[in-house]
Amino acid sequence: MSKPQNAQGDVRSKSLVDYLNDENVRAVLYQIVAIGLIILAGWYLVSNTLYNLAQQNISTGYGFLDLEASFEISETMIDYSAKSNYATALVVGLLNTVKVSVLGIVLCTIIGTIFGVARLSSNWIVRKLATVYVETFRNIPVLLQLFFWYALIPGAFPHPRDALEPLPGVLFTSRGMYMPVPVADTAYTLMGIAAIIALVAIFFIKRWAKKRQDATGQPFPMFLTGLGIFVGLVLLAYLAGGAPTEMSMPELKGFNIRGGYNISPEFLAVLIGLTVYTSTYVAEVVRSGIQAVPSGQWEAADSLGIKRSVALRKVILPQSMRVAIPPLTNQYLNLTKNSSLAVAVGYPDLVSVSNTTMNQTGQAIEAISIFMSIYLGLSLLTSLFMNWFNKKMALVER
Amino acid sequence: MSDNAKSPPLPTGTFAERAVSWSKKNLFDGWFNSILTIGAIAFLLWLIPPIIEWGIVNATLEPTIEGCKEVSGACWGFVNANLRLILFGTYPYDEQWRPLLAMIILMGIICGSLGAVKYPGLRKAIIPMWVIGVPIIAILMWGGVLGLTYVQNSYWGGLPLTLILSSIGVIFAFPFGLLLALGRQSHMPAIKTMSVVYIEVIRGVPLITVLFMASVMFPLFLPDGVTIDKLLRAQIGIILFTAAYLAEVFRGGLQAVPRGQFEAGDSLALSYWQSMRLIILPQALRLVIPPTVNSFISMFKDTTLVVIIGLFDFLGTVKLALRSDPAWTKYYVEGYAFAAAIFFLICFSMAKYSAYLEKELRKGERR
Repeated sequence: MSKPQNAQGDVRSKSLVDYLNDENVRAVLYQIVAIGLIILAGWYLVSNTLYNLAQQNISTGYGFLDLEASFEISETMIDYSAKSNYATALVVGLLNTVKVSVLGIVLCTIIGTIFGVARLSSNWIVRKLATVYVETFRNIPVLLQLFFWYALIPGAFPHPRDALEPLPGVLFTSRGMYMPVPVADTAYTLMGIAAIIALVAIFFIKRWAKKRQDATGQPFPMFLTGLGIFVGLVLLAYLAGGAPTEMSMPELKGFNIRGGYNISPEFLAVLIGLTVYTSTYVAEVVRSGIQAVPSGQWEAADSLGIKRSVALRKVILPQSMRVAIPPLTNQYLNLTKNSSLAVAVGYPDLVSVSNTTMNQTGQAIEAISIFMSIYLGLSLLTSLFMNWFNKKMALVER
Repeated sequence: MSDNAKSPPLPTGTFAERAVSWSKKNLFDGWFNSILTIGAIAFLLWLIPPIIEWGIVNATLEPTIEGCKEVSGACWGFVNANLRLILFGTYPYDEQWRPLLAMIILMGIICGSLGAVKYPGLRKAIIPMWVIGVPIIAILMWGGVLGLTYVQNSYWGGLPLTLILSSIGVIFAFPFGLLLALGRQSHMPAIKTMSVVYIEVIRGVPLITVLFMASVMFPLFLPDGVTIDKLLRAQIGIILFTAAYLAEVFRGGLQAVPRGQFEAGDSLALSYWQSMRLIILPQALRLVIPPTVNSFISMFKDTTLVVIIGLFDFLGTVKLALRSDPAWTKYYVEGYAFAAAIFFLICFSMAKYSAYLEKELRKGERR
């Protein structure tokens, strides 16, 4: 800013008032005041909290994580018993959250894509059916849907004694679904390793194929090669491991079903509810992604003599992905966050386990801070990925 | 918009001919579409008749368990018998006209505010409506004055509670969200950082964790002897949560206002707040009306989460009614279907209106 001048036009030195009217000085002052207020409020809340905690004889800190949890969790993916500590219980909860979220994301993408495409179908009745599905399930609160499925599953299926068996070994009962699973064997570990090796190999072959095509224009049958490598290596590992065939079949023993893999009603309710609700949003994302590509792009590809299947892969999809991926990631994040509603139907997810921990130990602040930071971490990771992806996919303009 | 210019020439011929040509084009266009059509019709024939049979033909409205046991279809009698419990929760029975009236007033204000976008004459009335309406609703709900008996808010419930939590949530979050959005756009690093951290942290966690925080941690924050009740804590949680989402909506609006508009304000020597109030916000807020309505819809749906911290909103009262008598428990499908229908009606009509507004607001740009 230029120096202020008075009516006579001669330059005078700055007074305090001039400083206060200076935009930059003011900005600094405002910020100092704002930070001061935040610190004051924070100090007030913290001192209140410490006082209240002292009154209630609750010690602060995360020491409770080492204590024995002494509650059972109905579904665990890792070894856990009531004798394990709270930290293990929370890991069990986190893994359950991840399990339902990952499955939900996969399923809602498939279902959502089908309905998103169906909403653009030239077939009137298919279009209308898809619209009814999307409009109905997105306008009913997801929690209501969870409650509904959770009430429906035990009510609609029979007692384990007379379980429905649509396929041999697959049982539907009021206690959930049972499936046969292979008995653990080293061959399966080998197959996992082989799969990873195959993926790495495919990655490098793809890089080489792209380089060659850029240089010489020769295309490479990447899909078939990749499929061959993957299936071949995994099959080889299976045979090398001795080709185990033993399966654990679910069977009725006494009043309950033993063996096999049990999918609990709670898990099914959460999975179905989240999948159906989120798939309506995915359908809308897919629809707008497809609509965002002008039909001129198809025609341009046609006039260049590109095959329709290649045009879809190389011209249309990359463009609609650019539009669809950011909102799609948002929906995946929403699904993961909504999986916390599992607490309402008793599926032992992260929030549910933290809630039990909180009630047993009284360590409310610590428990809430743990699950909040985990969700926050997931969100931050996603937005980092999104930023990276956006940069990679953004149109390179002059 | 002139639809006539776009639409194809009117089909000619008798109704039957037109129907045949329409279905040839829209239903049986190629073998794949024909299979889809037949499959879809088969699906509908499988799905719809049993639902009609269950829901209408074999259903009963008789509000007794005995009446429900006699029929094979839906027991709407459950809803009929518990209607007032479902709608108003545990609010004292003789006083339930008060939440009903409050709900009607609130719906009127919401419709009025939404309608103001279409009818500019209503615009000046928005703020007075809320300023006068909210105290009236508070008096009706709490009572204690004007000869109304005092009703503790732990007795509030049902649809009025859902509406109050979501609309008060959005109304109070509105100014807070606006400040956050302005803070995020600010050139002052400290203010900007604080806004960004707040917005991203809240948007990064599920609503239920914010509600848990509100219900479990707020009491610890307060000085000794001061307590606020559960409902108010949940309401504060909802406001804090909604503000972060509205802030992002407003940011979108602010970013859509061209830079020249900010510079125009500067060159007229308007102060920051003057140029915001007179130039930027009127343009930005106009753009964000549809997404704000959408935020309200998702807030309305998310309000059901207060069930988890033990409040009886509309979903909570349905569960309450289901548990009120063990004999009713098995009629959960009817109960949930009723709640779903009400939620659907409200959310769907608002969503349609928001989509319509979006089109209306774009009219000026299309020319």
